[in-house]
Amino acid sequence: MTLVCKNGRSDSLVLEGRLVGDRCVTITVEEGVITQIEPKGSSRALLAPAFVDPHVHLRTPGREDEETIASGTAAAAAGGYCAILAMPNTDPVVDSAPVLRGLLAAARREASVPVGFMAAISRSLAGDQLTDMGELSDAGAAAFTDDGRPVRSAGLMRRALQYGVVTGSKLALHCEEPTLSGDGQVHEGAIAAELGLAGYPSIGESAMVERDLALAAYEERPIHLMHLSARESVEALEAAQARGVEATAEVTPHHLVRTDDAVRSLDPNLKMNPPLRAEEDRRALLDGLRSGVIGAVATDHAPHSREEKQAPFEAAPFGVTGLETSFAALYTHLVVPGLLPLETLLERMSAGPARAFELPEPRLEVGARANLVLLDLETEWTVTEAGFRSRSANSWLLGERLRGSVVQTVADGRIVHG
Amino acid sequence: MKHLISIGDLDREDLERILETARALDGIEGNLPTLAGRFVVTLFYESSTRTSSSFDLAARRLSAGTTSIKASGSSVDKGESLKDTILTLAAYDPSAIVIRHPHIGAPLSVIRYSKAAVVNAGDGKHQHPTQALLDLYVMREAFGSYEGLHVAIVGDVLHSRVARSLIQALGLVRAHVTLVGPPSLLPRGVEGLGCEATSDIEALGSADCIYVLRMQRERMESAYVPSLREYTARWGITPERLRRGQKIMHPGPINRGVEIDSRVADSPDSLILEQVRAGLAVRMAVLHELLAADARVPESAVVA
Repeated sequence: MTLVCKNGRSDSLVLEGRLVGDRCVTITVEEGVITQIEPKGSSRALLAPAFVDPHVHLRTPGREDEETIASGTAAAAAGGYCAILAMPNTDPVVDSAPVLRGLLAAARREASVPVGFMAAISRSLAGDQLTDMGELSDAGAAAFTDDGRPVRSAGLMRRALQYGVVTGSKLALHCEEPTLSGDGQVHEGAIAAELGLAGYPSIGESAMVERDLALAAYEERPIHLMHLSARESVEALEAAQARGVEATAEVTPHHLVRTDDAVRSLDPNLKMNPPLRAEEDRRALLDGLRSGVIGAVATDHAPHSREEKQAPFEAAPFGVTGLETSFAALYTHLVVPGLLPLETLLERMSAGPARAFELPEPRLEVGARANLVLLDLETEWTVTEAGFRSRSANSWLLGERLRGSVVQTVADGRIVHG
Repeated sequence: MKHLISIGDLDREDLERILETARALDGIEGNLPTLAGRFVVTLFYESSTRTSSSFDLAARRLSAGTTSIKASGSSVDKGESLKDTILTLAAYDPSAIVIRHPHIGAPLSVIRYSKAAVVNAGDGKHQHPTQALLDLYVMREAFGSYEGLHVAIVGDVLHSRVARSLIQALGLVRAHVTLVGPPSLLPRGVEGLGCEATSDIEALGSADCIYVLRMQRERMESAYVPSLREYTARWGITPERLRRGQKIMHPGPINRGVEIDSRVADSPDSLILEQVRAGLAVRMAVLHELLAADARVPESAVVA
């Protein structure tokens, strides 16, 4: 796997901040490496290992009007991220080594934060034929996924798992049983019944989670479950982990904070796949994140043009942005009210996702590459359309007041934000 | 009240006031000057006979100027977005825009991009509030009051904006509602709207009013029910399934021989044509409510 960003000189700097637990330290970084950590200073800002986002749509190639490698990694830097993984459902799809090499070359020119690219499991994401996974892996694919759609065929999924022995890469799975999700737009339940929107039932996700866990167990290969949304999925994952299945999972900030109740407003910025579900689902996701059954927070940052998201709810595309609001949203809604310890949140946004994809864990220790984020936990700010580095503004938090902001981000030894 | 998007926008007082205005306007001959000099646009992205014609007529009867735009034959055919169509119409400064659209949430776009009062004449499977208001109007006329009223809504509730609006409206007046239909066409969680749901057609027995929903052929293709024949056999409303005195309603257009037997549709207990007639008065009342500044019944109407 290869993570790349713009070439350039590493920075030397001195950073002062408070660690979780209130100890103030001063960190010296020389040419990108932490050389000294001293117990001194009086800063109120929190210093933590920078974040890792395993699920980002950079929309490049094909929809550079919505996001580019430059704008997406700038958004990541502003959100406190030191590494991100991009999804292959672009146009063309990242299903061949030349496309992947082209993206890696572009990232070396444009990316302000190290970025890795996942490649498709099936050619054109059509679900019929495997991509040349060995070649893609050699070319630097970070992992394999058909994200945006499920791998419909259990047989093809099994072959992909078997082929993992060759690539050594993980499969990241968008779990959706398409004959159950159908043309569903929102969680099937009382809110869908009230609004008349087609329902996408929880079992439309959890049935596929169960299938993929069973296949992973049978083939003894690791899998990563993306953007879990349903209580039943978390239960299935927990049971499988207890049986020894090597499965990791991620959850998005929007699924941790909002429920389908919010969809009553018919705001297209609350439309995403999988949909926001019921309060019991949200609680199960939060419990899973707290206990570690779900080890990673992922934004599923999915930029869409203003034109497309200005359509009526039913006609608007699925997806919301998240890179620039994830920490503040979760800090405000989970940490401040006491639902999630701050150190757990920081772990699930940094080391958790890094481990799930075998990326180096950002660490605050002498000798480590500097991947640091400085956070102001007091500042309140309002999410506005004008405030994004992303090219798109389809945030589920527009107009909302959040607490906590990213003051500075150091990624791979360089100051990339602040 | 600025817009009428959903029955959820109303409280009982609003509903009673609109129906009271409708009663005062019902049967008046000639035009009232209430909205003279005002301009009402009806914008229909889906075919409609009774709704579009009754809104148009309602606006004229209140002396408003009207223009009717249908999606076919307009710039919509040329790929114009809803936003741009609304911005264009808004440039003429209409007092109200009445919209029917296949997509849930479309009326909210009209609110966002114009200053007009917006009336939802049906958005996808979401809401059709003026239909529910006219249905309640007809029920009050037929039963005298909503007190103790039991309405059975029969058929494809899942895909019906009419059913959704009606369930909410009947909830406002505290009527008892039972949904009856194939299990696949009763939305999961629908009891949360304050009604009962069953697939047993026998449940019709205790209802005062049977409200029959239109059964659409395309539902067969998605295998919601095995066949129209099977639907009709189990849930079709025939004289044999009714007891004397039960009133029959249907939002139209009806599929004779599918969801409703011709003998039922044409029986003296059928209120279907009453519903059509009430549509005009109720839509006049809605425009009056939204556009007449003092929102009181015009004196000329009271005199009449």
